[in-house]
Amino acid sequence: MTVEQRARSLGVHLVLIAYSVLAVGPILLVVMNSFKVRSAIFGSPLAPPDAATFSLAGYEKVFRSSHILTYYSNSLIVTLVSMALVLLFGAMAAWALTEYRFRGSTALALFLSIGIMVPIRLGSVAILSMMRSAGLNDTLTALILVYVAQGLPMSIFILSEFIQQVPKDLRDAARCDGVPETRIFFEVVAPLLRPAIATVAVFTIVPIWNDLWFPLILTSSDSTHTVTLGVQQFLGQYITDWNSVLAALSMAILPVVVIYVILSRQLIAGLTSGAVK
Amino acid sequence: MPESVSNITAQMPRAKLAGLLLFFLGPAVAIYTLFSIYPLVATMALSTYTSDPSGGRHFVGLANFETLLGDALWSKPFWNAFSNNLIFFAVHMCVQNPIGIALAGLLSLPGLRLKGLYRTVMFLPTMLSVVIVGFSWNLILSPLWGVAAGALKAVGLGSLFAPWLGLESSALVTLALISVWQFVGIPMMLIYAALLNIPEELIDAARVDGLGHFRIFLHIKLPLVLPTISLVSVLTFVANFNAFDLIYSVKGALAGPNFATDILGTFFYRTFFGNQLQLGNPTMGSAVATVMFFIILVGLCLYLFLVQRRIRRYAF
Repeated sequence: MTVEQRARSLGVHLVLIAYSVLAVGPILLVVMNSFKVRSAIFGSPLAPPDAATFSLAGYEKVFRSSHILTYYSNSLIVTLVSMALVLLFGAMAAWALTEYRFRGSTALALFLSIGIMVPIRLGSVAILSMMRSAGLNDTLTALILVYVAQGLPMSIFILSEFIQQVPKDLRDAARCDGVPETRIFFEVVAPLLRPAIATVAVFTIVPIWNDLWFPLILTSSDSTHTVTLGVQQFLGQYITDWNSVLAALSMAILPVVVIYVILSRQLIAGLTSGAVK
Repeated sequence: MPESVSNITAQMPRAKLAGLLLFFLGPAVAIYTLFSIYPLVATMALSTYTSDPSGGRHFVGLANFETLLGDALWSKPFWNAFSNNLIFFAVHMCVQNPIGIALAGLLSLPGLRLKGLYRTVMFLPTMLSVVIVGFSWNLILSPLWGVAAGALKAVGLGSLFAPWLGLESSALVTLALISVWQFVGIPMMLIYAALLNIPEELIDAARVDGLGHFRIFLHIKLPLVLPTISLVSVLTFVANFNAFDLIYSVKGALAGPNFATDILGTFFYRTFFGNQLQLGNPTMGSAVATVMFFIILVGLCLYLFLVQRRIRRYAF
């Protein structure tokens, strides 16, 4: 490497490091200060907690005065059930659309793709009145139904591309052996779609877990709040109690960060449709 | 489509094919139609009705839209929200996309070390909830905590600090920049993936001709990823004209100070759900949602008919 090349590479790294600090700095600052006593939060916000300033007071307060564990389990149920249904129904629909020739298949594919671009949020007025008249108002079922409807178009689009890559000989061989179509799908094709899960996950799980709008519109009691809405309301109530606010923020951040760090390779590969190796 | 497949599936009896289609497509089409398309259509239908105090609904044609766009009581906040939304979008286009392109360009440099780490770290904010991001920045920028003021002072710019989120003149742009900070990962990743897909031979040919990294990026790579950049732009457009969470969590439904940060999403929420100042009004809320739908539709059509078609010609 020449001196000039080395200097250029150093410059590139400096820019990338600077931006990385800008990206995680604020998150780190919030999490770090959530473990400190109040005086240290204000006295030296940039210092990490040490023996003298360490405190869990904020976390104790959050556990005592909010239903944080209920919120977590609600978010978990809604996200996992929605994702399972989006994957199952999405893969089935994608299979039918790519595998069978029938009149109106193009029109149906177009109809399904409306949901990729048009936000379902704009139908909230009707969704709320539907849920009320079906008696589903303030239930997790209402959230799941909406999120499945919201996630399906994108997952059908992504899964169709994956199904097209499944070797055609595989399904035709099974067909020649007289295997029924449903078994071809569930036992031959579906297991091959496992890599697609990460891609679908980026586009469905993250928006569902983070959504504020539908929990705000469709749920009204503590027992049905999700983490995002529960923490948002807690923050509004305890806005002057900095320990609790920072602790509540950290509790919403940490699970996402942990899962992200574990799965980041697959998630990023999924987001860039496999272009990143 | 290879003949073998079409032969086998074409030989299928009609009734059997219909049964299979019902089984495979039924659940997805039913849920999607019932909870996504039907509510959209029903909301648009409801926008042509009005409700009287007794709860009855009457058809009024386009009267709600006349009120929304013509009656100063409604049109002033509507156009305020619309123009704020345009500013919100403009900040994203002018800041988010250039930063995303630049970061993607740096990440795709050949032989760069630690690129996996940079990628992971820089994409992290995008994974977090808008509510959490908004509130965290609210604390950081707060004069009470003094972190932002302290940071500026440390680099000798202490006099520049102001409570940006609280000032009518700067609150909207500050919120837009917070949103840019969070979502810059999306253009970065999509453009990065597009850059990696450019055939090596093209870059090698340019290098043989003596072009440096920067000029290769500007004259060869950038034009080739234009389709991705315009896709990112239309995604940003749809997301921005549908945004709500950030403003609501930082500023509340009233989008203060003095509606300076009100965008269509918060305006829709107030109209539909009500707040301290007014009662919720589902029919007017539907009218606002319908207008938002058409704004998004216009954006999508512009993209499909103008940008998409023109770019095709340069595609490889």
